[in-house]
Amino acid sequence: MTTQAYLSVEDVVKDFSGVKAVNHVSLDIAKGEIFALLGSSGCGKTTLLRMLAGFETPTSGRIVLDGVSLSEMEPYSRPINMMFQSYALFPHLSVWDNIAFGLRREGMAKDRIAERVESMLKLVQLGKYAKRKPHQLSGGQQQRVALARSLAKRPQLLLLDEPLGALDKKLREETQIELVNIIRDVGVTCVMVTHDQEEAMTMATRIAVMSEGRILQVGPPADVYETPATRFVADFIGNVNLMDGQLTVDEADHCVITCADCQHHVGHGITGSLDMAVSVAIRPEKIALSREAPGGAYNCVQGTIRATAYFGSFTVFHLSLASGASLKVSVNNAERHREDPLNTGDVVWAHWSDSAHVVLTQ
Amino acid sequence: MSRLIAPAQHGSWPQRLLALARGRTAVIGIPYLWLLVFFLAPFAIVVNYSVSVMGAVRPEDIFSVVDGVRKVTINFGNYVTVFTDDLYFKAYVSSLKYAAITTAVCLFIGYPFAYFMARAKPGIQPALLMLVMLPFWTSFLLRVYAWKGLLGEGGLVAEFLIHTGLDQLMAGLGMIASPGKFMNTPFSLVIGMSYTYLPFMILPLYANLAKMDLRLLEAAADLGANRFEAFWLVTVPLSRAGIIAGSMLVFIPCVGEFVIPELLGGPQTLMIGRVLWDEFFSNNDWPMASTVAVVLILLIVVPLAIFNKYQAEAQERGR
Repeated sequence: MTTQAYLSVEDVVKDFSGVKAVNHVSLDIAKGEIFALLGSSGCGKTTLLRMLAGFETPTSGRIVLDGVSLSEMEPYSRPINMMFQSYALFPHLSVWDNIAFGLRREGMAKDRIAERVESMLKLVQLGKYAKRKPHQLSGGQQQRVALARSLAKRPQLLLLDEPLGALDKKLREETQIELVNIIRDVGVTCVMVTHDQEEAMTMATRIAVMSEGRILQVGPPADVYETPATRFVADFIGNVNLMDGQLTVDEADHCVITCADCQHHVGHGITGSLDMAVSVAIRPEKIALSREAPGGAYNCVQGTIRATAYFGSFTVFHLSLASGASLKVSVNNAERHREDPLNTGDVVWAHWSDSAHVVLTQ
Repeated sequence: MSRLIAPAQHGSWPQRLLALARGRTAVIGIPYLWLLVFFLAPFAIVVNYSVSVMGAVRPEDIFSVVDGVRKVTINFGNYVTVFTDDLYFKAYVSSLKYAAITTAVCLFIGYPFAYFMARAKPGIQPALLMLVMLPFWTSFLLRVYAWKGLLGEGGLVAEFLIHTGLDQLMAGLGMIASPGKFMNTPFSLVIGMSYTYLPFMILPLYANLAKMDLRLLEAAADLGANRFEAFWLVTVPLSRAGIIAGSMLVFIPCVGEFVIPELLGGPQTLMIGRVLWDEFFSNNDWPMASTVAVVLILLIVVPLAIFNKYQAEAQERGR
């Protein structure tokens, strides 16, 4: 994806007394994007966000927003606003005053402040709650106040720090879409930090997967999920079966990878030498189960069902293979009752198509 | 409150409630009983004295039986005197004034102190806290007395102030009577009281500021507030409870303070504690002394009650 950089992070390093929390990170983010930094805790995503907000200073590197370097700018003079994790609403101020806080610092005229606050309250549908204090609101309402407060100044860049982390699951799912709609309506460029991959995938136009201060992969959610670049990314995003093997045939239109339990026939060639060690990643939902052997020598394996996990819309079967490895297979529960239900202890065949694999060399 | 009941407790609901009520009554009741016996009852006696007439040795009983007729003699004369005699009025005003000045000084010194203590590295906070409390390990009298040496002729602080020429300025401001003389002046009094009561300001402020969520300051900065605005618009309002608690802990004892004015304050600084002492021990006028004490309490309690009511109403409006 080619992006005309609106926000550029240029080779930024943040060193906390010898530990590189952010290690030579470069990113280009286009105007209007919702960009997610995804990673487990301690991966440096929050440090990167805090450097964008100005709460941390990069040890080296530059951050440029719309052609202006932010390096020397204090947090309070940056055209950037942040929605804080668990919101950081001012407890002594009403909803109205919380939203007006930033506008008053700008020295905006009173009637214009009132106008802006009213429009923000309308945007997040909290008009009735203007006079309340934050502690008198529910979690979802507080989240909306925080959003309104961070959007009130019409920032050039909106930062979201775990925007929905404090909400329960059901509310989180509803709010994800609502939040994206509001951000789209306003048209603000947005960088969010989350450890929740579902949240990142639902909300973001692009995702950067981070680990140990580095960015491992950047791309639209579907790309990151379907074509992970490394074993780490494949394993981090969603569920995956990783099998180690060797490249035994490599032609222009296909290759064969031999693993301990089966041979993979992959429908494209790869760049590599014969006998090199590679890994094959297959998502559980790309695998089908049957009692009979599917025929053919490739892309199938026999195993015993060791455990089943029922999730309602789908069921995950844990198969143990001859080598002792295990294989996760996710089966959609399209029918209410299967005629021939698969049970723990059954011996079954797992098979997949020659486009199901992702071959990973690192 | 129901969470306080251990789940292991069995028995019917009424029994459990009864047990809870008993426990609560004991916990709250004992201190209240203490206050009833050792505060309210003596206060009632003091009020009683204030409206009685002084006898030869002790105030006369307001209830008496004369010729088989029960009589109640209530004498409001002392109250009239307190409100009409210039001496008492001046003493009250000067007590309130010096208590207010002391509170302001303590707040001015104590707030930054508590602020930086609360923002210091967590490792050194206990040490800083210890330093605040350390003076309590020495006798209060000794500490106040030490100021006599520091401010008296040839005293360290006195010499310093004379050398820097600050005494001229202070004399000009009326803090001391004449340049070079620091003892027995409003200055020595306020310094003694501020020094003594400073920890009472710092501790509640520290407790309050230490638990403040620092992300709120980041949020303020993020929304365009510079450091001063963030401090003034977020930190100060959020520490209001600490400011109020600290100010009360300083102001209230300062109004009735006797020892420090006696040791460090001069004739210029007549305070009500001194008047009370004189009425009781020199004039042996128990009713007058009691009246002065009752009025002093009313002087503090009534504004406090009004303030609390206002606070509660403000809270209510917020809802």
